[in-house]
Amino acid sequence: MLRLEAVRIVQDDFALTADFTLPPAAVTAVLGPSGAGKSTLLGAIAGFVAPAAGRILWEGRDLTPLPPGARPVSILFQDNNLFPHLDIARNVALAITPAARPGPDVTDRVHAALAQLGLQGMEGRRPGALSGGQQSRAALARVLVAGRPVVLLDEPFAALGPALRAELLDLTRAQLLAAGCSVLMVTHDPADAARIADHAIVVAEGKVSPPAPTSALLADPPPALRAYLGQP
Amino acid sequence: MAHRAVALGPLRWTGTAAAVLVVALVLGTLAAVASRAGSGAALASADVAAVLFTLQQAAVSAVLSVALAVPVARALARRRFAGRRALVALMGAPFILPVIVAVFGLLAIFGRGGLLNAGLGALGLGPVSVYGFGGVVLANVFFNLPLATRLILQGWSAIPAERFRLAATLNAPVGRLLERPMLRDVLPGAALAIFLICLASFAVALILGGGPRATTVEVAIFQALRFDFDPAKAALLALVQVALCTVAAGLAGLVTVPAAFGPGLDRVPARWDGRGRGARLADGAAIALAAAFLLAPLAMVVAQGFVGLGQLPLQVWPAALRSLAVALSASVLAVGLALAMALRGGALVQVAGVLPLASSALVMGTGLFVLSHGWLDPGHIALPATALVNAAASLPFAFRALAPAVGRIEAAHGPLADTLGLTGWPRLRWLYLPRLRGELGFAAGLSAALSVGDLGVITLFAGPDSATLPLVMYRLMGSYRLQAAAGVALMLLAMALAVFWAFDRGGRGHAAA
Repeated sequence: MLRLEAVRIVQDDFALTADFTLPPAAVTAVLGPSGAGKSTLLGAIAGFVAPAAGRILWEGRDLTPLPPGARPVSILFQDNNLFPHLDIARNVALAITPAARPGPDVTDRVHAALAQLGLQGMEGRRPGALSGGQQSRAALARVLVAGRPVVLLDEPFAALGPALRAELLDLTRAQLLAAGCSVLMVTHDPADAARIADHAIVVAEGKVSPPAPTSALLADPPPALRAYLGQP
Repeated sequence: MAHRAVALGPLRWTGTAAAVLVVALVLGTLAAVASRAGSGAALASADVAAVLFTLQQAAVSAVLSVALAVPVARALARRRFAGRRALVALMGAPFILPVIVAVFGLLAIFGRGGLLNAGLGALGLGPVSVYGFGGVVLANVFFNLPLATRLILQGWSAIPAERFRLAATLNAPVGRLLERPMLRDVLPGAALAIFLICLASFAVALILGGGPRATTVEVAIFQALRFDFDPAKAALLALVQVALCTVAAGLAGLVTVPAAFGPGLDRVPARWDGRGRGARLADGAAIALAAAFLLAPLAMVVAQGFVGLGQLPLQVWPAALRSLAVALSASVLAVGLALAMALRGGALVQVAGVLPLASSALVMGTGLFVLSHGWLDPGHIALPATALVNAAASLPFAFRALAPAVGRIEAAHGPLADTLGLTGWPRLRWLYLPRLRGELGFAAGLSAALSVGDLGVITLFAGPDSATLPLVMYRLMGSYRLQAAAGVALMLLAMALAVFWAFDRGGRGHAAA
């Protein structure tokens, strides 16, 4: 289980406190207004932002001193989720090993993951030769192959059209839950949260609210979320 | 930067070591020069004259280059014509053109037996001489008029197209409203940059200057070492040269010196001014004259070179191999150091990345000469010393090409590499090297081309068996074997262009998406 224990993040005149446990093997949405610190919260869990106080614990072990690559955490950013100069098989393989000639077991796993996401036959293509949806699938294959138990989604599908985004969100949920991952997903859209997130947390006014069931939260939003959603 | 330290792992230490090596080379040679200069040498009146000549030729060259570049840059900024892109590219060429080759071409036009004097003679007018002050300035302008044009053209390109549109709707004078303020900002920096370059123009002054009234400080260093065998005197002069360069570089630090390789020179915004016949004629004349001034000497090198190829003496071939070996070594060294430093980042490498500009190649060479004097045969270390100093001299350019690119790569792809745990060598292998390919190729090509045509440090060290190709050409010119020299000039030109093209092309080939 991932637990944030009295975490306090300070950047210039911005501050955010968080104290919650991420529901295991489930999808949790992160809702809140722009600039409230949703991405910063993910950055702290991934290891890009060092908290000023508190601990981030995985199975009781403190992650805060670890660099991003040593954490049990995968993250999909808004963009640049694949290296544009490498083919997608190499991109996915880098989640396992940086070796120039990975062994057959690695290659097999990479090809299996790409096939699972409908990208068989495209292993040798560079990201630039794929559509936006295919690039998202390749990045998702990388996350699956990495096999890390916590997955952070920082609006990776925001640039896609509504239908494609919905399709990829469903696919992501199905694949990651099947792999047993705990997922934390930033979104601007309450409909996206309602669609795939079991729980939701609200980041607003310098605080992170503890997880609550998405349907209940959206049915009766707290004041900060109510203002963000534009409800009276 | 603590974060980048983690990401680089052991690579960080290579960057530190590279920066320390560069600082040690520049300051170490300087210290050697300083310690040697203390031992009893004094400046004679001829040396004071050399200082004055150095300052005068640099100042006049800078002012002339910038003044002549303004009409050329204005014409390029507001005219679209076939060949404009080629002409702008040509303006970048003198940077990699071997100095001795260009001077040879200039002599073929303006020299005693050149086209100009032949024409004047036909008109019954007396011959003009390009040796001495006039010749040095002529060659400096040949090299720096294109640089000034590019710098000023960048200023013009930086004026947003909307401003020209606004000025046109208001019927406002573009010159006073937009162009003059821009020139006021750009010209001092451009002139200072060229002044700095001309302060250390050794080869030009060596070939076209000489004699008591046209000797620069760097030529005086060469003469003290090679003719007077007086390292103490050479060291004292080297200190004077460093003082000149440091003061000028300090002045340049007060003014912003623009970067010579900026983007966006291809763009010609729509303009509504300069449509009169006079303006069109002036622009056409500026472009035609500039193109002729740059192309005619090169055309002469090619034309006479083909004739001279049959006269090449045998010593040319081993010299060409030596030049190639020196150029490749210098290139690998410069790019390797620059890459290690650019990856490391931080204040130390920022200082080390510009430090060689404060010294000069000949000063570093003098330092190495003083350090090795008495226990190493100069002829034996001629090639390694030349490669080392060439590498140091082109390091700032290589560093300037790589450092911003590393920053962009980190910003775009660093987080992904971090989450994948790509640190140290794997990060270099999978992220930096492939994404820096273009910049690495450009920097390697630049370093190799600069080194292949360099007539500098080699003159201090070379014996009969360690001459590089530019030195062989210089000796041929000195013994009036001009046909053979012409053949070598063509070879040198071809080699400089070929090494630049090969590396730069290698960087662009299979360009990554």
